[in-house]
Amino acid sequence: MTDVRWTEVSRSEYCVIACAEAWRGAGEILASPMGPIPSVGARLARLTFAPDLLLTDGEAMIVRPDGTPEGWLPYRQHLALVSGGRRHVMMGASQIDRYGNQNISCVGDWARPKRQLLGVRGAPINTLNNPTSYWIPRHSRRVFVEKVDMVCGVGYDRVAEHPGTARFHRIPRVVSDLGVFDFATPDRSMRLASLHPGVTVEQVREATGFELTIPDEVAPTREPTPEELRLIREVIDPADIRRREVAT
Amino acid sequence: MTDKTMTADEVVSRLASGMTLGIGGWGSRRKPMSLVRALLRTDITDLTLVSYGGPDVGMLVAAGRVRRLVAPFVTLDSIPLEPHYRAARERGAFELTEVDEGMFMWGLRAAANRLPFLPVRAGIGSDVMRVNPGLRTVTSPYEDGETFVAMPALRLDAALVHVNRADRLGNGQYLGPDPYFDDLFCEAADTAYVSCERIVDTAELTKEAPPQSLLVKRLHVTGVVEAPGGAHFTSCAPDHGRDEDFQRLYATTPWAEFSERFLSGDEADYRSAVRTWQEEQG
Repeated sequence: MTDVRWTEVSRSEYCVIACAEAWRGAGEILASPMGPIPSVGARLARLTFAPDLLLTDGEAMIVRPDGTPEGWLPYRQHLALVSGGRRHVMMGASQIDRYGNQNISCVGDWARPKRQLLGVRGAPINTLNNPTSYWIPRHSRRVFVEKVDMVCGVGYDRVAEHPGTARFHRIPRVVSDLGVFDFATPDRSMRLASLHPGVTVEQVREATGFELTIPDEVAPTREPTPEELRLIREVIDPADIRRREVAT
Repeated sequence: MTDKTMTADEVVSRLASGMTLGIGGWGSRRKPMSLVRALLRTDITDLTLVSYGGPDVGMLVAAGRVRRLVAPFVTLDSIPLEPHYRAARERGAFELTEVDEGMFMWGLRAAANRLPFLPVRAGIGSDVMRVNPGLRTVTSPYEDGETFVAMPALRLDAALVHVNRADRLGNGQYLGPDPYFDDLFCEAADTAYVSCERIVDTAELTKEAPPQSLLVKRLHVTGVVEAPGGAHFTSCAPDHGRDEDFQRLYATTPWAEFSERFLSGDEADYRSAVRTWQEEQG
């Protein structure tokens, strides 16, 4: 076993830790990570502080961290599980605004888009039924926008107009390559919750297209423990796929 | 007992311009591509497609056969964005009814259950409501009083699906990990056409596979087509995976060029053109 304690923690590893923390205390629910770093994060959470989590293989199986199947979850059951709420998904976002409205459908006017993207996918049903967090590997003004072009995932301002429908709506966190963000403000707009080590408040402000709430004291994203680093580097992601998403 | 076997060309001879067609599979997985290719050989146009979209949608919109698409996404999975779909959408080549994945499923379930709609907790607060001004909401008549989207039934004139095995009567079997929504597509349709990797005797269906793999029931099926490799280049586990190299070719070749080289003849010509291309790659 390599002693990993003395090698520098990479930005991609802080991102893994920040994503993993989304599932702390989640209990026996399904973690649905989308993208490499959230996937490494979910498995890390499962192997450490969230041992009851269920993981998917991205297809029809519920698997243990080593890939052993322990359940069947085809798309039709997955959609029912979403409605039942025993799931915390971490999705991507092509655009996100200060209230957590998310867009993965298209850029520009929906009727005649400048750039067609994926489509709304399951974002509307996710956000009304189970906790939905977001992962953004490249924090920029193109992604963190004043107003998204098509609301797919529903944010706090939109949902406030539908209090009866909104009883299960929750956006616990947004993780980017610069920091962690939440909505712990009086008007449920985005707030800087922690900065990844090496990142400045100014950098975040510069890369964000709307005004963020920035507390006087911003904590750094926590350090991984030596055991967590070992799990990331030697067990979960020895091929260093995380670095393809966040290079530093 | 009715023998429902037919050719892909016989299937498409029963379809007509203006119809609403549901296409099974999911993204670039177990799509009835040989039936889509047969459709491309006809003059049928002005279609309404209902699909968890993959290259089926990409090809039909690229060929200008689609008036309206009902879908929550269009993707090639390993290539996230479907290039021919994107191009067609960006030039405004068809109308889009963009709904959430769950709403889409509820729409098929409503159709299968002969209901005008089903309530779903999805869509409200999102721009799905803005871009589909025809969508209505419904209020729970019970104490909770919650408001839901009343997702209208997605009734289909015809469904096209591809499975691993079928018998001549139309009983369809999937052997991969996910049924997707193929049985629902068939139940939501007035007519359903099932292509399969191999037609086998009824008794053989359950010789090595459990009865719950019998996904599609013959009473919902109009025609059965034996089409080995009929899902190509999408995946059809466990018979074959996705042909990633060929999919990459599809995604990077201008539509006219791809169509000319691979889709100008019949299904046998398609297979031979694919083989030739594979040999060229070494």
